[in-house]
Amino acid sequence: MTTDVLIAGAGIVGAAIAAAFREAGGKCLVVEPKIVGGGATAAGMGHVVVMDDSPAQLALTEYSRRLWDALPLPPNVEREHRGTLWVAADAEEMEEVARKHALFPSSEILDERALYEAEPELRPGLAGGLLVPGDSVLYAPCAAAWLLRLSPVRYTAIESLTEDGARLADGTMVSAGLTILACGTGITRLLPALPIKPRKGHLAITDRYPGFLRHQLVELGYLKSAHGHSNESVAFNVQPRSTGQILIGSSRQYGDESPDVRPELLARMLRRTVEYMPRLVDLQVIRAWTGFRAATPDSLPLIGPVRDRVWVAAGHEGLGITTSLGTAALLVDRLLGDTPAIAPEPYLPERFP
Amino acid sequence: MIAVTINGRRADVEPGTTVAAAVMRGQAGFRRSVTGELRGPLCGMGICMECRVTLNGRAQERSCQVLCAEGMEIATDA
Repeated sequence: MTTDVLIAGAGIVGAAIAAAFREAGGKCLVVEPKIVGGGATAAGMGHVVVMDDSPAQLALTEYSRRLWDALPLPPNVEREHRGTLWVAADAEEMEEVARKHALFPSSEILDERALYEAEPELRPGLAGGLLVPGDSVLYAPCAAAWLLRLSPVRYTAIESLTEDGARLADGTMVSAGLTILACGTGITRLLPALPIKPRKGHLAITDRYPGFLRHQLVELGYLKSAHGHSNESVAFNVQPRSTGQILIGSSRQYGDESPDVRPELLARMLRRTVEYMPRLVDLQVIRAWTGFRAATPDSLPLIGPVRDRVWVAAGHEGLGITTSLGTAALLVDRLLGDTPAIAPEPYLPERFP
Repeated sequence: MIAVTINGRRADVEPGTTVAAAVMRGQAGFRRSVTGELRGPLCGMGICMECRVTLNGRAQERSCQVLCAEGMEIATDA
């Protein structure tokens, strides 16, 4: 069979790419071995967030957040503009608040008192925080399904790449003008040289406690734990869902490729959570699970060509929900020869020769 | 006898009575599901989660797994 664009992976990134190419008038085929939005898309928090670890990360997350806000998502995506509240524990983290405030135009610095007014369940003695009101939360598997609503999906794996497309596991040969691999950590099966490694994360969710939490809260100590070089780290990161449930993160681990929940790491993550919100210890956690972020050495995704007629869109690590739409827009602009809204160079795979 | 309150009304129960039994004896409902269905104890062994009530201000407690204690405040939402 033939198609203009063959997309490997029906996660949020593949779904966003399919939607963007379809809108541009191209004929797409999406190939997915399991279910739509069932991998890292389902495992993660669905936090649409602007992040500024690097200028390129800031550009891609800001651009993508704007694109999300322009989408008329249906109710089952459960989008809520909760805002992100970055929590500062001490004076050093308040310096980070000031730095971020200068970068995020609509953000608001909260002193200690304003912090407790915003989130009364936080422990006493914290320094303050930064409220970023434009950030949102959504249920990403339903967002992926909605983005794919008009695109054909074939439920099989890609067995191998060919000269002009791919051979599918069901035996079909697909001839495509362009093949785009958007299959997260699975991409190294097809392109082993790509510098993408799985970075495992744990999550837990509580029963319904409406009103306990109002914003997505993330500790600024996150910067030390998420980007340090230690092999295992946890950070306080909690999110209110529209059901009243509280989604609890986060952990980061290299080198553990088993999907099993590791009780000692889950316990460490929950202890960190309770350090920030003591009364959370009284709430019932009803489920815990893990997922795998596709991590690159410089924490930026790989977006663009790797060889003739093969492009990649992977390595979004913990920001794939947010940056899926910007990723798709960059690829469509590239194909059409349009000037992209942000500079595409920082994300080109060729930076890792 | 042990004195508890169920939705603010006093109830006296025998020692060893579970909260689920006390609520059932008092003929109060247990909870409503998200879609408004009336729910109550099913498994009686802490698995099905259908008998949840608020105990002394703590929401989502499994009433079949807790024994009544003097002065306990039990609240149901059904």
